[in-house]
Amino acid sequence: MRRFRAVYIIWLRDLKRHFRDRARIIGSLGSPIVFVFILGQGLGASFRFTGAEADFDYKVFMFPGILGMTVLFAGVFAAVSIVWDREFGFLKEMLVAPVPSWSIALGKVISGATIATSQGALMLLLAPLVGIRLTLPMVLALLPTMFLVSISMTGMGILVATRLKSMQGFQVVMNFIMMPMFFISGAMFQLSSAPAWMDVLSRINPLTYGVDALRSIMVADFPSRYPLGYDLAMLAIISSALIIISIIAFSRQQ
Amino acid sequence: MNPAEPIISVEDLTRVFGSLIAVDRVSFDVAGREVFGFLGPNGAGKTTTINMLCTLLKPTSGHATLNGYDISSQQDQVRQSIGIVFQDPTLDEQLTARENLQFHAMLYNVPASEREIRSRRVLEIVGLAERSRDKVETFSGGMKRRLEIARGLMHYPRVLFLDEPTLGLDPQTRTAIWEYVHELRQQYGITVFLTTHYMDEAENCDRIAIIDHGNIVALDKPDDLKHRVGGDIITLRPVDAEATRRELKDRFGLNGAILEAHADNSGPAGTHLRLEAPSGRTLLPQLLKGLSTEILSVTVREPTLDDVFLSLTGRQIREEAAAGKMAVMKDRIRIRRRARSH
Ligand SMILES: Nc1ncnc2c1ncn2[C@@H]1O[C@H](COP(=O)(O)OP(=O)(O)OP(=O)(O)O)[C@@H](O)[C@H]1O
Ligand SMILES: [Mg+2]
Repeated sequence: MRRFRAVYIIWLRDLKRHFRDRARIIGSLGSPIVFVFILGQGLGASFRFTGAEADFDYKVFMFPGILGMTVLFAGVFAAVSIVWDREFGFLKEMLVAPVPSWSIALGKVISGATIATSQGALMLLLAPLVGIRLTLPMVLALLPTMFLVSISMTGMGILVATRLKSMQGFQVVMNFIMMPMFFISGAMFQLSSAPAWMDVLSRINPLTYGVDALRSIMVADFPSRYPLGYDLAMLAIISSALIIISIIAFSRQQ
Repeated sequence: MNPAEPIISVEDLTRVFGSLIAVDRVSFDVAGREVFGFLGPNGAGKTTTINMLCTLLKPTSGHATLNGYDISSQQDQVRQSIGIVFQDPTLDEQLTARENLQFHAMLYNVPASEREIRSRRVLEIVGLAERSRDKVETFSGGMKRRLEIARGLMHYPRVLFLDEPTLGLDPQTRTAIWEYVHELRQQYGITVFLTTHYMDEAENCDRIAIIDHGNIVALDKPDDLKHRVGGDIITLRPVDAEATRRELKDRFGLNGAILEAHADNSGPAGTHLRLEAPSGRTLLPQLLKGLSTEILSVTVREPTLDDVFLSLTGRQIREEAAAGKMAVMKDRIRIRRRARSH
């Protein structure tokens, strides 16, 4: 029990820090909003969907994808804060404490997922503006789904953090991992006509299942790629694997 | 545990970084309730030794036990037994002073009912009671250091490591912290392991290990260490150092060392001659009567730990480094105070 207390303590600290920084909370919603209302508006004019009505609104298609993007960025970023903690020395305070190092990593995964989900929840407030009508059952399905997606993202973030010496390397992670993950997830366009290599990558990308699940829940009249149950099962498998791998990597490194 | 058994026992502990041997087959024991000090110049291997003892760094070779637990194979138990104030900052600057303390208390399983009482007490001791609800980000360097120490005193471990704990702090704060450390030791039987540059702080120790280039060159009670130096220290400031040195050798059989001293509180800058003599006070009048070469000034004093270090290694511990850092910090504190009063 004591071991799980440490998970809670680390979670509590990260949440305190996060919710204190209002400017960052608002700021990190900036790019999703730009994506939806500028890119979505612009691209929508020239978009043709397969399997949906010809006048299907692109913004509605894109919105679940942007939710996925919010969760991706918030989740990875929250987990990579371990690198800050290392630079500012605070990681030493945690590592030398009488708590197992797996509980530190697990605490980080859960706090990151909580933060990412809360960012996603904030984005949900914008759904009516693109013409998506949210119902309570929908929201109750969306929140745990986002949490599940977030866990893969934070797990991956922890893994990245064990390799990063300083925050300067984060740019590389952003360009070579996060951006490709986002584009190969079906967030911005359907993957049905994608080349084979992209199709393969999309199948190991947790965000693919995340975006597909969010879209199934939010947009009933759009054909989803996989059944919702399949999406959730894949997410659960990938998330569990990433949690385990990231905890092992974190504990090894110390 | 048997009280006669040492609480820390170190045997041939070694740590290598690339080709540098930072800690070189070090062995020593620390008794329970002891205040044990590591004294040595920058880069001597003090922090590296502490990092190994508190399980943050794996030894290259050698063994150590702490509170009966092996530092390599029983890390969890070792961490249960210790507390540490690191040399480098490890605070969460986005949290308030009080939150940093509370977080620490939670990590170390301090009962909820005790947390508030203890954090108030330690903040009082380091003079930060009024700032307890401010973000650490807004603190001066010296204030952060004080908070760091306060946090280390929140739980009562078997062994408390203090790595250069009071560097840059004003004398009153240092005294208050030391009083509290001694109180904790009395009440809870805490053993204190500290490293320091300050000679007067080293005097707080029951025993001191002098460490240089990763080796322990001496380990004893402060007074006994000082007795190892041949009595009193006489410092002469001659006009012609070489001539006076030769005369002392020929006429009195004394071996003087020529030092280029910097201006500090022990005398003016320039070339000095340093002598060790069993009873300097009685020797001095004879010296002055007998010497034909000209002398500008003379001091006689009892040996300090710095002299012990000098006589063991031929070098001085650079206390200026510490003094310099402290001056900078004090300035910073002063500037902040002024800024706040406007
Ligand atoms: N992580 C590291 N990588 C490489 N070399 C290191 C590392 N840590 C310490 N060293 C080297 O080991 C030696 C001992 O360092 P250590 O920090 O133990 O000195 P110290 O006695 O604590 O000095 P100070 O009084 O300056 O704190 C130094 O030469 C230092 O450069
Ligand atoms: Mg050091």
